Amino acid sequence: MARLPLPEPTDPGSPIRPGGDEVAQLVERTHRDHWSQVLASTVRVTRDLDLAQECAQEAYLRALRAWPSGVPDVPVAWLTTTARRIALDGLRRADLLRRKLPLLMEPGQRLGAGSDSADDANGPDEPTDVLRLMFICCHPALAPDSRIALTLRLVGGLSTEEVAAGLLVPVATAAARITRAKKKIAGAGIPFRVPSPAELPERLDTLLTVLQVMSAAGHTSAAGTLQRSDLTDRAVRAARLLVAALPDPVVDEARALLGHLLLTRARGDSRIDADGRLVLMADQDRTRWQGADLDEGLDLITAVLTSITAGGRSPGRFTVQAVIAGLHMNAASFSETDWPELVRWYEALLRRWPTPVVRLNALVARSHLPGARRPELRAELAALEGEPQLARYPYLPAAVAELLSRWGDLDGAAVAYDRAIELSRNDVERRHLRRRRDAAHRGPATADGPLSDP
Amino acid sequence: MPTYMFLLHDDESWFDTVSPDSWADEMTKHRAFSDAVRAAGGSVLGGEALERTSLTTTVDNTGDEPTVTDGPFIETKEVFGGYYIVDVADLDVAIALAKQCPGAHVEIRPVMSTDDGSAPPA
Repeated sequence: MARLPLPEPTDPGSPIRPGGDEVAQLVERTHRDHWSQVLASTVRVTRDLDLAQECAQEAYLRALRAWPSGVPDVPVAWLTTTARRIALDGLRRADLLRRKLPLLMEPGQRLGAGSDSADDANGPDEPTDVLRLMFICCHPALAPDSRIALTLRLVGGLSTEEVAAGLLVPVATAAARITRAKKKIAGAGIPFRVPSPAELPERLDTLLTVLQVMSAAGHTSAAGTLQRSDLTDRAVRAARLLVAALPDPVVDEARALLGHLLLTRARGDSRIDADGRLVLMADQDRTRWQGADLDEGLDLITAVLTSITAGGRSPGRFTVQAVIAGLHMNAASFSETDWPELVRWYEALLRRWPTPVVRLNALVARSHLPGARRPELRAELAALEGEPQLARYPYLPAAVAELLSRWGDLDGAAVAYDRAIELSRNDVERRHLRRRRDAAHRGPATADGPLSDP
Repeated sequence: MPTYMFLLHDDESWFDTVSPDSWADEMTKHRAFSDAVRAAGGSVLGGEALERTSLTTTVDNTGDEPTVTDGPFIETKEVFGGYYIVDVADLDVAIALAKQCPGAHVEIRPVMSTDDGSAPPA
């Protein structure tokens, strides 16, 4: 955990007394980094998500008032203790919960085996608590849209307005999704616990999918600007918590996803040039990729592959996707990409996840192989264009346009670019597509690559 | 311990072709399901198989006068053909049991409390 950049009080009797701005910043930072821990520990006391949320928020407000006269040694512990005390006081005053509200159930099952730690008297068990919170937000009995909204709200600590902005839906829609999910959790009896080892792989898949969608929403937002890095950062942070808490070997898939998210983030800045224009991977200045994220991402993916090989296991879907991203980014330049190796991994991905989008990306990779057979690729593209799932997917016509212009069919490319421009919901992307369309009118493009990120 | 109703939806054309052996297999699966509920620390409070929808009569009370028609309220390929009422620890246990329950689609509905002093659902 990152050390807080405040000096340690040397003498417990005379704590440092920081200024108001400094406290506000510290509270904000602690909120960003530790909200999910404070909330998750409080849920164990309240066994009600709404009440826990109110108590955790109240604890942060009290921190703003209390910390100017002395910052606690471990701010997150102070917040957790305070939130839990507010909850206990509230529960003692009003016997409301027992009478009215359905409570979250805690059968006390922990990861692997062991005793129950859900007892109120026990201290916070942070990694397990946060895992419980993530798994309840991403429960398969919740609607997929609700899972993401609830995860952003409860794990990410975003306000309902921020959730709405992140997911590009009206505030009322985001609020309705969050409310519906909370009601279902309480009313249907979804337990606040870590799934059993038998359930874990399937449940983890749902959870990792939510983090992947969250990061993707941050990477390519539909708003005017291309990135919403806050969502990406929050997905990275949640993935880190998961990696820290999960046991071997299920942690492999989480570690691979974390690696993939870091690679995506590493590329973020290079996707826009000095004039605010979109730059595809083929044309990105690879020296602008963020070294720390890039290195950590590649290291994580390598470690997962080593662990899988040592254990004689076959890589899961998130591992295969991460390897594909790693192969793209490990090349010194786009033209030096190891296409045969990439195509092999795309085939592995297709066996695990045979969706039309994966088929499209695999096809684009194959188009770079020496001796790629155009008639076959064109026939497959035509089949993909008939997929109802891709009917409004802007990256399909964009990929068609890129391929056709590479193959010299400029009229076909222009039609496909127009369709992609019509479907894109991102201004930066639309401007990029118009530029490519106009360039295609003048002659065959030289650089190319999948518009959708791998 | 919450109470759930499992609504079993199946294609009832099965009844037209089922052999005595398949029928016995099906009954064995249902007994195994009841055993699984007990093994999970829960209990089966009740359950019935329902006769075919060709024997169903629907009374419509929405008009000025009730009307009576032959057949189910909604005509579907898969029909509501049976149910269980179970007490189990939570939804995760219920989902695990529903995966072992004989039935093409098993809908899990929490049972609402209507005891004295109960309030409208949130």
